[in-house]
Amino acid sequence: MSASEMHATLKRRQFLQASGLGLALTAGGRVVKVVAASDTEPSTLSAYISIGHDGVITIGAPNPEVGQGVNTSLPMIIAEELDAAWSDVKVVSAPVDASRFGAQFAGGSLSIPMRWDELRRVGATARVMLLRAASEEMEVPAVELSTRDSRVTHEESGRSLTYAELALGASKLPLPDTDDLVMKQAEQYRLLGTRITNASAAAIAQGKPLFGIDVQVPGMVYACFVKCPHIGGVPVAANLEEIKAQRGVLDAFIIAGEAGPYQFDIRNSTQVSPGVAIVARDTWAAMRARKLLKVQWDTQPASSDDSEQIALAAKVAAGQRAQAKTISSAGDINQALHDAKTRSQAFYSADFVSHAQLEPQSCVAWVTEQSAEVWTSSQTPSAVDQLLPGLLSLPPETVTVHSVRGGGGFGRRLSNEYVYEAALISQRLGLPVKVQWSREDDMAFDYFRSALYLDLEAGLSDDGRVSAWKLHVIAGSTDQETANYGGTYRERDFPERRVPHYDIATTLIASQTPTGAWRAPFSNIYAFAEQSFLCELAVAADRDYREFLLDLLGDDEWFKDGDRNVLNTARAKGVVNAACAAAGWGRVLPQGRGLGLAFFFSHAGHVAEVAEVSVDKDKKITVHDVWVAADVGQVINLSGVENQIEGSVVDGLSALANQRITIRNGRIQETNFDTYPLLRMPKAPRVHVQMMASGYAPTGAGEPALPPLAPAVGNAVFAAYGERVRELPFSKAGFSV
Amino acid sequence: MTLNVTINNESHDLSHIDPDMPLLWALRDHLGLVGTKYGCGIAQCGACTVWLDDEPARACQLPVGQLEGKSITTVEGLASDALHPVQQAWIDHDVAQCGYCQAGQIMSAAALLARNPSPSDEDIDVAMAGNICRCGTYVRIRKAIRAASDAVGAGVAFYEPADTPVPQEVLS
Repeated sequence: MSASEMHATLKRRQFLQASGLGLALTAGGRVVKVVAASDTEPSTLSAYISIGHDGVITIGAPNPEVGQGVNTSLPMIIAEELDAAWSDVKVVSAPVDASRFGAQFAGGSLSIPMRWDELRRVGATARVMLLRAASEEMEVPAVELSTRDSRVTHEESGRSLTYAELALGASKLPLPDTDDLVMKQAEQYRLLGTRITNASAAAIAQGKPLFGIDVQVPGMVYACFVKCPHIGGVPVAANLEEIKAQRGVLDAFIIAGEAGPYQFDIRNSTQVSPGVAIVARDTWAAMRARKLLKVQWDTQPASSDDSEQIALAAKVAAGQRAQAKTISSAGDINQALHDAKTRSQAFYSADFVSHAQLEPQSCVAWVTEQSAEVWTSSQTPSAVDQLLPGLLSLPPETVTVHSVRGGGGFGRRLSNEYVYEAALISQRLGLPVKVQWSREDDMAFDYFRSALYLDLEAGLSDDGRVSAWKLHVIAGSTDQETANYGGTYRERDFPERRVPHYDIATTLIASQTPTGAWRAPFSNIYAFAEQSFLCELAVAADRDYREFLLDLLGDDEWFKDGDRNVLNTARAKGVVNAACAAAGWGRVLPQGRGLGLAFFFSHAGHVAEVAEVSVDKDKKITVHDVWVAADVGQVINLSGVENQIEGSVVDGLSALANQRITIRNGRIQETNFDTYPLLRMPKAPRVHVQMMASGYAPTGAGEPALPPLAPAVGNAVFAAYGERVRELPFSKAGFSV
Repeated sequence: MTLNVTINNESHDLSHIDPDMPLLWALRDHLGLVGTKYGCGIAQCGACTVWLDDEPARACQLPVGQLEGKSITTVEGLASDALHPVQQAWIDHDVAQCGYCQAGQIMSAAALLARNPSPSDEDIDVAMAGNICRCGTYVRIRKAIRAASDAVGAGVAFYEPADTPVPQEVLS
């Protein structure tokens, strides 16, 4: 055993012991409430699993839930190895506690892969202890016992005991050695791979209080926090006395914050922009007073971004490829392009977009001189737990972070500035306070998906294959050293490894607007350019795109054996073939109707999509059907993963249709859903999802089905209408959805 | 002066609340009914859909002072402790992802079925076009409405709460 393995094992054992392995049988059976509404009754979950007298098996879900389904899928992994009947399981959100649950976050489609081994071990450990307890109780060897549906059975004698009956005895046994744990093989799964209804489905349908915005603490006051519309500006003066005199207003004050636009830095930054806090008896009183607020802003430190200027700078940069910084290359690109039979060049662009998760940011904070408690729908509660003590100058052990369900994430809740705003306002008041962002705040002060520009050039050889591949990534940068979030090209292997000559270069252009992770960062734009341009090349070579793509993917090859983050061409070809078979690729369609295919590998998922669209003479696109074949390894919750993929298709279509953030003098122009439209039900296509049984370990599904959608639709539009769309959103090219 | 409003079949005097306050915030901050959600404040997203005298309405656009004598139904009052066929269908079809818009979706869908128990696909699209789902669960919402329509057509008024543990994840 290596030192690092030893360390990992020790840590695991400490963790299991510290948590009492959850087999702690609690008095009365009923175990926990997720979040205490007051500090008088702090209820905490001490472990992943606890088993009550009543047979209820309570399982903690360790990662934040923002709609990706991990409060169901993660407990399913434990329940599978535990052999618990799912109907006995009660799911609760685990407390935020790195010492017991490690890093708790929701991002990068990582919840499933990062927890897979750990949660199986937790379930298997508990199962072994229950077996041993049964062995003692029944006085038979453990090997003669079997488990199923929360029950241990001795087949020979016909005797059986429930987990509820065994839990107390099991909790007194020593932990089994890791070597004694036998994980199930995939064919033994009873739960994994089936459709399990979301653990919160009933509570959601009944409108129960679940979300961050629903948290109420006795004595709580309400606040809004007004920041400079020109991002990063500073309030010099405000009519605070007039505001304080308004009905229901309790206080109004300036928080100095840090001037200037900021970039995404969740691990280190507790930065809060300068602004004016209005504290009131209820949300409406704060919002109402806000309409009367007059602030004199100093916009000198603010962002001066203009999205049109940024786009122009990108076009200029595209024309100056020689000045770009090469980051990866092979062969002789110039000679290869010179020798090519056909050369193609295209410039792809994508505008800034906002997350527009449906629940605007809010946070309840209660800071006193001795302690702090926050309730947040953050995707990174561990980061809040680490950074908040420093911001408030409080010892870490006095700070408690509650992770509460979020109404959508998509990357927006990775950053935590609204949490720090609430904490600072509460600290000043010494009262529990809910800071509520308006929709307009949410749209104005997002960490946007950055605009991105991709200039592509390629050569085709005599046999219609790609002989040269040249990519120029043009991305915004605040410091001219690194691209802002989502603008960094990372080694992708494909198509580079399949073309003899390639050259990838990057140019940074000035952009100050805050940017962050938006569902499948970089991939959500790059896939559009890559898969559209490859289709352009297939057209130039007079080849069918499916055949062209399969040929380019080439022989079966995992570009790095055993690394889930690296493309496996066998899996890629598997999804391409499956999606095309489902869609009836190659069938003859009437005039004005077309099929489009795209494949993309991101976030460890191999996904192919085929869209069937029609386009009318006014360039109105109707997306009729989308067929998706996805390989994310072992499926945990089939219903959950299908839901994520259906949603990714709708989200991708929503974004490509007409979503764009425009910036003038550092100020976001779109304010709400009237100017920033989201797709509505009449435009939603039928979505057909096929999950591949590839036998690999599970990976996440929140992101990888989004990137292929835009190029699939773009390629279908070309097939139907003969025009190539190279802009996101498509509305910039005169199309509507 | 009293301001009498019936909410979920109970009479409330709302005269202590700012008459300009939209019903949305009165429900959420003063009446403990947080199922009705804030999404946009300008009647664009439908997350705050309630019934105003049995017609779907956006609670963000209803000043409390104008509700004298009116009857309001929120998601909490749709079926009390039982489940409305639309709620049951939402569970059966595992509709929700984040779930934030779903109370509004359910109120719009239940209102549709109340006036048209057998809606066509187009009827469904028209009735639901005012409710945004950012997670993109429209595919399932359509299926759930059809299933609920079948249940209503078969004479089902309410379901007893499901046997599965409910709720799983609730703020106390």
